[in-house]
Amino acid sequence: MNGGNRGARGALAAVGLAAAVALTITGCSSAKPSPTEAGAAGGSLVVGVTSDPDTLFPWKATQFQAVNVLQNLYGTLTEFDADLNVVPGLAESWEASEDGLTVTFTLREGVTFADGSTFGSEDVKFSLEAIAAEATAAVARTSLASVAGIETPDEQTVVLTLSAPDAALPANLAVINMAMLSSDDTEAELNTTPNGTGPFVLEDRKASQSLTLAKNDAYWGDAAKLDTVEFRVIPDESSIVSAMQSGNVQLAVFDDPLVAQTAESGTVSVEKTPQLSYHALQLNARRGDLADVNVRLAIQCAVDRQEVLDTAALGEGEVTGPITSPAYRSDPDARPCPERDLDKAAKYLDKAGKSDGVTIKTIVSQGEYATSVNEAQNLKAQLAEANITLELEVLESGAFVDRWIAADFDAAVALNGGRPDPDGMYGRYFTSTGNLNQVAGYSSPELDALFAEGKQSSDPDERKDIYAQISENLEDNAAWIWLFTSYSYTAASSEVQGFTPMANGSLQYLRTTTVN
Amino acid sequence: MLRRILAALATLLGVAVFVFIMLRAIPGNQITAGLGTEAAALTPAQQQQLEAYYGLDQPLIAQFFSWLGNIFTGNLGFSARAQQSVLELTAQSLPVTIELAIFSIVLALLIGIPLGMLSASRPDSPRDAFGQVVGLAGLSIPAFLLATTLLAVLASSFGYNPNGEGYAYFVDNPWLNLQQMLLPSIVLGFGIAAPIMRTTRTAVLEIRSNDFIRTAKAKGVPPRRLQAKHVLGNALVPIVTMTGLQFGYLLGGAVVVEQIFSLPGIGRQVLLGIQQKEYALVQSTVLIIALSFVIVNLLTDVLYRMIDPRVRAA
Repeated sequence: MNGGNRGARGALAAVGLAAAVALTITGCSSAKPSPTEAGAAGGSLVVGVTSDPDTLFPWKATQFQAVNVLQNLYGTLTEFDADLNVVPGLAESWEASEDGLTVTFTLREGVTFADGSTFGSEDVKFSLEAIAAEATAAVARTSLASVAGIETPDEQTVVLTLSAPDAALPANLAVINMAMLSSDDTEAELNTTPNGTGPFVLEDRKASQSLTLAKNDAYWGDAAKLDTVEFRVIPDESSIVSAMQSGNVQLAVFDDPLVAQTAESGTVSVEKTPQLSYHALQLNARRGDLADVNVRLAIQCAVDRQEVLDTAALGEGEVTGPITSPAYRSDPDARPCPERDLDKAAKYLDKAGKSDGVTIKTIVSQGEYATSVNEAQNLKAQLAEANITLELEVLESGAFVDRWIAADFDAAVALNGGRPDPDGMYGRYFTSTGNLNQVAGYSSPELDALFAEGKQSSDPDERKDIYAQISENLEDNAAWIWLFTSYSYTAASSEVQGFTPMANGSLQYLRTTTVN
Repeated sequence: MLRRILAALATLLGVAVFVFIMLRAIPGNQITAGLGTEAAALTPAQQQQLEAYYGLDQPLIAQFFSWLGNIFTGNLGFSARAQQSVLELTAQSLPVTIELAIFSIVLALLIGIPLGMLSASRPDSPRDAFGQVVGLAGLSIPAFLLATTLLAVLASSFGYNPNGEGYAYFVDNPWLNLQQMLLPSIVLGFGIAAPIMRTTRTAVLEIRSNDFIRTAKAKGVPPRRLQAKHVLGNALVPIVTMTGLQFGYLLGGAVVVEQIFSLPGIGRQVLLGIQQKEYALVQSTVLIIALSFVIVNLLTDVLYRMIDPRVRAA
């Protein structure tokens, strides 16, 4: 859901996130309550997490834990379903005009905010205008770049006028950074008192200890089945595992396969979910030897992605191309070097006039996610055989983020967040005007044209074709070296039912979860 | 006394300056800590605006003195993450740390002093070796290992894990609170028992070689009384010094143990502050920690006067 480098989001982001349902403190010993009728299960869920949200203001939330909590408190015009298809949210339906320059949203009736006030078109106008305003510093601002005007003909209708067709808009509106806020609220108020239209409301918060949500009885959809969800902060992942084993915590999401393994027991099962986020060796094609496409291709050919995955991440994941969302997934083998090919790598280096070898300064973050340094070392070893020297600079996460933001690197070992829509995922990186293009280090007129085409077309098949071309273009030019995607591990004790983990890491299905 | 207080103030000022500089030397600031790599998408105008909001556009000297000035008015800063003032946060976290420190020290004394006396009672004997081995174990087993092992074994084998529940303050639920303090106190207490045991052993051996002990023995003082009053009484000064020092360290927050047992103490407050680059939070909290250290030192001195007439006379 965040396009940025998820792995570099402070110690908070890459660490696991855990959830648990506690009937009572002694979940394991007390007599089971008699089965209740379906839909009236109730119960309280305790979600064990390693960190506290760093903000409760949805427009500025990028930290994983903050996003996950806020998703349950706020509503968006559109939403994702379990397969990441865009489905109606606060907007019951929407329709684009023939030329694609006007989109009309019909809002759901009878939606209220947590404070009881009614949600209407004024709130949508207020929210979208504020998100688009530079002064708000909302992280989703550029997603609204194509919106030229917002009209509210009546209480249930919002008409967006676009400067150019934007097929990615519905998906872009589904992220929590696009949450619809009441026009009466201010950032300062919402920082302490969230006021959303989501399935839950904030009941209690003890900073850096716990945050408890209660079911929102006035929710417009099917009301949540749980009475309360507590996100309990247990900073150490293995302590979360212990808390699950003692029955204090019933649900937890981990990133580290080793930790997930220890969690598995008679009462706790672990489910793997492929993630949208991807591990890559980012290349800065505007610097030094990497400016030559042949050098970049030599790197691509010299890397066995499966070996990186096996060595650094115990084989837990899948080799990937650029696009990771299920509907648009790139064929990982559609690239000049589907397999490692040292002869080809040598030829590319020859072509670049660098048969003596090249040296690439590479930044690596330490402590952000478990595999970073191991990936870097394996890449270094593999590339050394092709006469390419990776000079590794292992940095503390804050220092890594600083260098990454400033695009001050030749190459970077990174774990970047993915998004369901490929335009949202890469448009900001690989179009020449994208706000992360400097960091991406590569753009071309062909890519600009393809991305523009992708935004204009609303036909799903046509879009798939366009993004396949984009993916191919990125691989043919070895803009970056895409390596693999990993899994998240949802550990749940046996009394937890109805929770669906998602590829974007979202916990939105807490609303269908029950605890028996 | 006045000189001591002046020295203490100078120490605190030094700590303040040092922490201030160290924090700014860490790469990143509150903007990148909050936004992560999304900060790359900020426009220059937004960047400027955020810098002004967090006061990062001020010269360092101005930042320092505005923080220091605020301290004197009782304003220790505000944590955007927690949406609470540093004073409120510390009022919640300091008692947790103090409670943990007291339990750990009591436990350490209960283990360390008898063990030290046992060792000293017959140097180089098997019982001395036993004491030494226990002491060495306390010193060399890392706290995180002992903590994780204790927690994992008790939780998985016996389903006992009070720390898996939300933290309970003593006033809200004393019974649960005491259980939650038990394991971390054992881990910390075991570690601190080692230096206390060694100090006790050395001090006892040294005192026993003094003439007045021989005299007391010759006068027929019963062995038990001799041990308790004459030997231990005189060995107390170095033990108190060591205990005070360890207690001072504990007040700085046992970060690792607090993390593993999910205790919302002052160590975690500092750690979160550093991760989030909340400068004022870290500076003020470290100042409070330094202040507690200074106070404990002063109290230790007072204690000397009580237990040792020679210090009183000097």
